[in-house]
Amino acid sequence: MNSRERVLARVRRALADVPREERPRDFPVPRDYLRRHGDGERSAARTAALLAGNLADYRAVVHRTSTAGLPGLLARLLAEHGSRSVVLPPGLPPEWLAAADVTVVRDRETVTPAELDAVDTVVTGCAVAIAETGTLVLDGGPDQGRRRITLVPDHHLCVVRVPGQVVDSVPQALERLDPARPLTWISGPSATSDIELDRVEGVHGPRTLEVILVED
Amino acid sequence: MSGTYLGMPAFPKAAREAVHDQTLRGNLRHATRTIRDKRARAVAELEDWPALRAAGRAVKDRTLRHLDRYLVQLEEAVTAAGGIVHWAADADEANRIVTHLVKATGESEVVKVKSMATQEIGLNEALEAEGIRAYETDLAELIVQLGEDRPSHILVPAIHRNRGEIRDIFARTMGEWGRPAPDGLTDSPAELAEAARLHLREKFLRAKVGISGANFMVAETGTLVVVESEGNGRMCLTLPETLISVVGIEKVVPTWQDLEVFLQLLPRSSTAERMNPYTSTWTGTTDGDGPQTFHLVLLDNGRTDTLADEVGRQALRCIRCSACLNVCPVYERAGGHAYGSVYPGPIGAILSPQLRGTQTEIDASLPYASSLCGACYEVCPVAIDIPEVLVHLRERVVEGGEVTRRGVRVTLKPAKGHAAERAAMRAARWTLDHPGALRAGQRLAARTRRVHPQRLPGPGRAWSDTRALPEVPEESFRHWWQRTRGGAR
Ligand code: SF4
Repeated sequence: MNSRERVLARVRRALADVPREERPRDFPVPRDYLRRHGDGERSAARTAALLAGNLADYRAVVHRTSTAGLPGLLARLLAEHGSRSVVLPPGLPPEWLAAADVTVVRDRETVTPAELDAVDTVVTGCAVAIAETGTLVLDGGPDQGRRRITLVPDHHLCVVRVPGQVVDSVPQALERLDPARPLTWISGPSATSDIELDRVEGVHGPRTLEVILVED
Repeated sequence: MSGTYLGMPAFPKAAREAVHDQTLRGNLRHATRTIRDKRARAVAELEDWPALRAAGRAVKDRTLRHLDRYLVQLEEAVTAAGGIVHWAADADEANRIVTHLVKATGESEVVKVKSMATQEIGLNEALEAEGIRAYETDLAELIVQLGEDRPSHILVPAIHRNRGEIRDIFARTMGEWGRPAPDGLTDSPAELAEAARLHLREKFLRAKVGISGANFMVAETGTLVVVESEGNGRMCLTLPETLISVVGIEKVVPTWQDLEVFLQLLPRSSTAERMNPYTSTWTGTTDGDGPQTFHLVLLDNGRTDTLADEVGRQALRCIRCSACLNVCPVYERAGGHAYGSVYPGPIGAILSPQLRGTQTEIDASLPYASSLCGACYEVCPVAIDIPEVLVHLRERVVEGGEVTRRGVRVTLKPAKGHAAERAAMRAARWTLDHPGALRAGQRLAARTRRVHPQRLPGPGRAWSDTRALPEVPEESFRHWWQRTRGGAR
């Protein structure tokens, strides 16, 4: 007997008390928890405000603009951060960076981790943003790219389209996401509380996370 | 489980030593109280917490009752997505599989993200014996590894080290392992974190093999989930060419939708956050993004034995949030090391003796490392009735009976007259001798009435035979204790 068979046989013996005819769905799972929290319907504007508030609470820096204002804002934020180079996912609209005075590295498979480490900033879109938890979810779409590009550089600028990409809650986010894609959920800059429980921003991921909410 | 720490004294002796370590006690008290208060606030934010908790419990129970089916479904889904699934009946087999996989890559070093399963099986030591160096990358694990120390808390493994000690460890040892700590390193947490960032970055950027655990595995889709804070998990999961994940078989959940329950319960209950900084999910391999080879090692190592116990089985619901540690008056005083396993605190007291059996002194004494105050059950996000399992395990230690060991039904002899009994007795006495450890006893009356034995089983029996146990509803254990000094008056 190989180990697969051995473990499965042990599991079956261990469950001798479970009636043979029981199907998983015969064992009830109460799902009377909420699909979203808070009272009453939230307007799109209030949901966006909640997202902004929760992002800021976990020390992301939040900005708001329109599609027309995006290139100018990105240029300003890159300059203020002192960024001289940015890495961009392959499908990020080129016009976003039209006003910025930076060296652009378009991500390709041949870009090495060491090269990413030398880049100042990464600019991406996102798949979904969760208002109640202040979370951005990236799914590797064309304007988000490989997981590593939002990990190695020290500064991440993430663009969220409001209200289209914003959901209220974790259950709503999972409904929208495709499990087959590799997902990265980001809630504030990387952090540790391992030293006497003092929260320190930025260990291995980007130490500065800036989120741009684009509303039209 | 291979790892009773060598030379590990049974609970009461280890606890006695810990209580006299003032630094440890100060750190622990500060840490557990800080997390406790923050957690209560994070949980209070969700008005449907009880409903989420009930759902979390039921999803896990449904999974456990049909675990064979879900494991097979998971295997199919992971394989279809390009992953390779291995099965390990015990720690030695898991270590052999992982060692073999690493050797096949030709690499002699790996980066690791904190994983209790790999600590449980002693993977680092097994790799070391084969000439493979495993770098722990979690800040706390790094502190523990550099300090040649053992973790003492599930979530904050270096909770027993203060910043001055951490500075000294970094300054002294980083150079031996790679990039040394910067000159003039102070003990500010930000500077210490920066030193760790620089020290580990060179390892991440050159790593070819990553090793992880997982918080959840979704049977329906074959998706694995890692919940973390620092980004070292993302580094290990995405930069290497080969990823090996070692995961206990109880970590499976049936559906993608089920994550909506656990991704709400875990961060709030664990780090007291609305959401932890990073969560990664992956399904097999993805062309051009992340590791192109993915191995999943499914680990039994005592879990099916635990599953065979209808009362003890619920311990397998645990999502390792560590909330039960932070509320436990015994843990707060004894510290994590006293539990002699990678699983400290209340969950360790019910999990270790089930995974490893109760033959050793430490494992026989663990079910007594509790005052049965019930605080652990109240905070547990998947409603594990830890006091109920403790009482059940005490009975087993004392009276013996049928258990499953390595898949085989065996009859345990009563511990009476054995070293195990004496160890258990000392643990019980230690707990009773520390009134502070009983402070949460106000809750005892209501909570443990159902599980409160008429007589303490076994080692406690002689004790309870001559001193009538209090009628629980009338008076709290704590109050009774103060009044009678444990029946001495
Ligand atoms: S037993 Fe419950 S409270 Fe303790 S770590 Fe596990 S899930 Fe958390």
